[in-house]
Amino acid sequence: MNIAYSKHTLANGLDVLVHEDRSCPIVAVNLWYHVGSKNETPGRTGFAHLFEHLMFEGSQHHDKGFFPPLQGAGASLNGSTNADRTNYWEVVPSNALELALWMESDRMGFLLPALTEAKFSNQRDVVLNERRQNYENRPYGLAPMAMLAALFPPDHPYHWTTIGEIADLNAAKLEDVRAFFSRYYHPANASLAIAGDIAAADALSLARAYFEDIEPGPAVAPVRPADAVLSGDTRLLLEDRVELPRVYVAWMTPAMFADDDAELDLAADILANGKTSRLYKRLVYDERIATDVSAAQNSREIAGFVQVAATAAPGHTLAELERAIVLEIERLAAEGPTADEIARGLVQAEAQFMFRLQTIGGFGGKSDQLNAYNTFIGDPDFFTRDLTRYQRVTRESLRQAVARHLTTAGRVALSIVPRGRTVLAMPDSSPAQVS
Amino acid sequence: MTVDRSRLPEPGPTRRFVFPSIEKSVLPSGLRVWTVRHTAIPVLTLMLLVRRGAADDPPGKEGLAAISVDMLDEGSGERSAIEIHEGLARLGAQLDSDIGSDASLLTVTALSRFAGPALSLFADMVARPTLSEADFERVRQLRLHRLTQLRDMPGAVADRAFVKLLYGEHPYGHTPLGSERSLGSMSVDDVRQFHRAMIRPAEATLVVSGDCEHADIERLAAAAFDGWDGSSTGALPVMTTLPRPGRLNVIARPGAPQSELRIGHVAVPRNTPDYHALVAANMVLGGQFVSRINLNLREEKGFTYGARTSFDFRRLPGPFALQVSVHTAATAEAIDQSLQEIASIRGSRPVTTDELALGVAALTRGYARSFETAEQVARAATQIALYDLPDNYFAEFVPKVEGVTVEDVTRVAAEHLDPSRLTTLIVGDYDTIAGGLAHLNLGEAVVLSPDTF
Repeated sequence: MNIAYSKHTLANGLDVLVHEDRSCPIVAVNLWYHVGSKNETPGRTGFAHLFEHLMFEGSQHHDKGFFPPLQGAGASLNGSTNADRTNYWEVVPSNALELALWMESDRMGFLLPALTEAKFSNQRDVVLNERRQNYENRPYGLAPMAMLAALFPPDHPYHWTTIGEIADLNAAKLEDVRAFFSRYYHPANASLAIAGDIAAADALSLARAYFEDIEPGPAVAPVRPADAVLSGDTRLLLEDRVELPRVYVAWMTPAMFADDDAELDLAADILANGKTSRLYKRLVYDERIATDVSAAQNSREIAGFVQVAATAAPGHTLAELERAIVLEIERLAAEGPTADEIARGLVQAEAQFMFRLQTIGGFGGKSDQLNAYNTFIGDPDFFTRDLTRYQRVTRESLRQAVARHLTTAGRVALSIVPRGRTVLAMPDSSPAQVS
Repeated sequence: MTVDRSRLPEPGPTRRFVFPSIEKSVLPSGLRVWTVRHTAIPVLTLMLLVRRGAADDPPGKEGLAAISVDMLDEGSGERSAIEIHEGLARLGAQLDSDIGSDASLLTVTALSRFAGPALSLFADMVARPTLSEADFERVRQLRLHRLTQLRDMPGAVADRAFVKLLYGEHPYGHTPLGSERSLGSMSVDDVRQFHRAMIRPAEATLVVSGDCEHADIERLAAAAFDGWDGSSTGALPVMTTLPRPGRLNVIARPGAPQSELRIGHVAVPRNTPDYHALVAANMVLGGQFVSRINLNLREEKGFTYGARTSFDFRRLPGPFALQVSVHTAATAEAIDQSLQEIASIRGSRPVTTDELALGVAALTRGYARSFETAEQVARAATQIALYDLPDNYFAEFVPKVEGVTVEDVTRVAAEHLDPSRLTTLIVGDYDTIAGGLAHLNLGEAVVLSPDTF
């Protein structure tokens, strides 16, 4: 299965990817800027995401809300920021493609003349509310802050979360916004995908018309921190407004698409994806010492980390859970997966690829995938090779990847316990500093 | 081509979208088999809709429908729960269940080439579940733990308490999960009884969407569901006298950085003739980003990350509710602004032509987006099955919404929204917000204990 597409790079450096799919009368516009929280610096965190909010507050030729004209045309739209990139998308009826391109190009080319202190301070308030709602007022919500801070050293760009520190958000200034825009929000640092009910030639000529005159900005150098090395066993503790304690264990692992990335992705599935997984079966189904368990290889552009999390059933300690998790990982590192586990993993990987191709747009649809491949490896035509990475995984290569990376020589373990119940934490844990 | 930035481009003529036709047949058991062709990607969605849900939980056994459906994948015939899931994994299949008040929905999405085995596994779960004592105890324990954890989540606490305030002992007065007490009083026999009495083919519709032939699916379904028969027993819930909750209710959450708010009352059933006008009215009031309430509370005031309203259309009158989480310091003002917005759309500040046009356009022009995947198409068909909608329902939706006038919106808002009956619930830091609440003229706040829900 592949996605037929064409790619053109405009004179100003903007990549334009086009894919035709006439099955439904809608078109997806998907625009990636290759900037995320990894481009921030300590003391200035949360900025890429705060900036994303300002992109919805109007630009020079449409100095009012971004939503009304598009929703009025029947679009759905959104944007998101993570460590590595910021994306914006609209899915519009075929007849409103030009409107979406007008709007996206206006905010790429003409955002700053419409930017005001009032918009800035309003959206900072909205972001502080988002932080309270999704992190501070949510059980276990501060875990990402504690884990990333312990996994990556203070000057590493993955040390902080995308939502940022409260103090940094409060200290952000309008002039920072202007500098950020000029540095990162320009055609040479962006990739535009158009997918759906449109002739490829028409899509390209519309993209040219709306984007070709926007000035390219300065080249953005890749972020290349020194390789972070995790040594020793870091044990942290957080007290939170929770009923049941939860343990998080994480290891530093290779980056997205690097050697061992696919192996570790499948290993995480074998460990904790669904009722057939080893940790679910042991912790939740057989021994009943946990209420849930999850695992993921979080592949990012510069580095990755595998994180396993499990919530203790009442009456059980996090030390019990951690012991069982380590035993299962050691067993996988020693014996490797069964042939049946590999076979199931491969069919599931294929199905997951297929499920992602069901939509032309939004988060994770075809246009988003084309942009992901184009932005991270410079080649939108990566679907088949991406799936091949998984099909090449063997029992032995998976075993070796687990043995190489998920070791006790370097890992972070975080206990989150009900307030006042530090006795439930793993032994020898010290309080994590989060704000 | 030169770009004119002095004005926004006008959308061209609309390409009409036609909902694919549903092919229907009925098996001798009464099971309705519906298929919808959807060939974009070699993926197939199987959905089973049973018109019994959480509202059919017997009194004192709240949560029974949900745990019964949850247990369908816990083993069948010779197969253990783990073996069922290994079978699903070999097909690349995803299993989901969804329990509402009026219905239960079980979904499997798989690669098309596995249609036969997927349907066979699906039928085993639905028709021949093991329902063993040991599995029941484990699943119940997990649900009890889940309830414990939900007590930490302000949104979940608010949802649970709010339906209880509005509906009291009525079958809509609990969330599908039930309570610690009701789960504690259940046995595996209750689950077996529920399966025997409620999960029956005569009340069920199998919807299959994907690259498939109706005749093939009908044949496969007849074989896979062979031996499953009978119809549901017991009367469907009816309306009863509902409680009159206090206007202002608080569940204290000391130190909470935000207040979780619910404001609403019992409104209308799915079969109201005002359905389309209410959907349009809700878009303007709180149904989209550019709605009055979100623009007010988020974009003007910066009180919240987002606010929304909805009419929950069900077989019996469902709730109208505003949901929002606001900064603690803004609690009283956010309530005041929300109440004013709800009241004013009834006539003192009626929707404008532009507002309505925007809301209608958002609903109608983007309509095709809702039918892109096999799962979306199947889910749409289950709506027809659940509420006995006509087959041309999707074809008529756009013209009917386009026909809604400003006067219609004001009339249905005045008729179905009653400011004097609006109940407000706050889950938040009561000590900090109590002073501000006194100025709302909603009377004394009723402080509720979270343990009573």
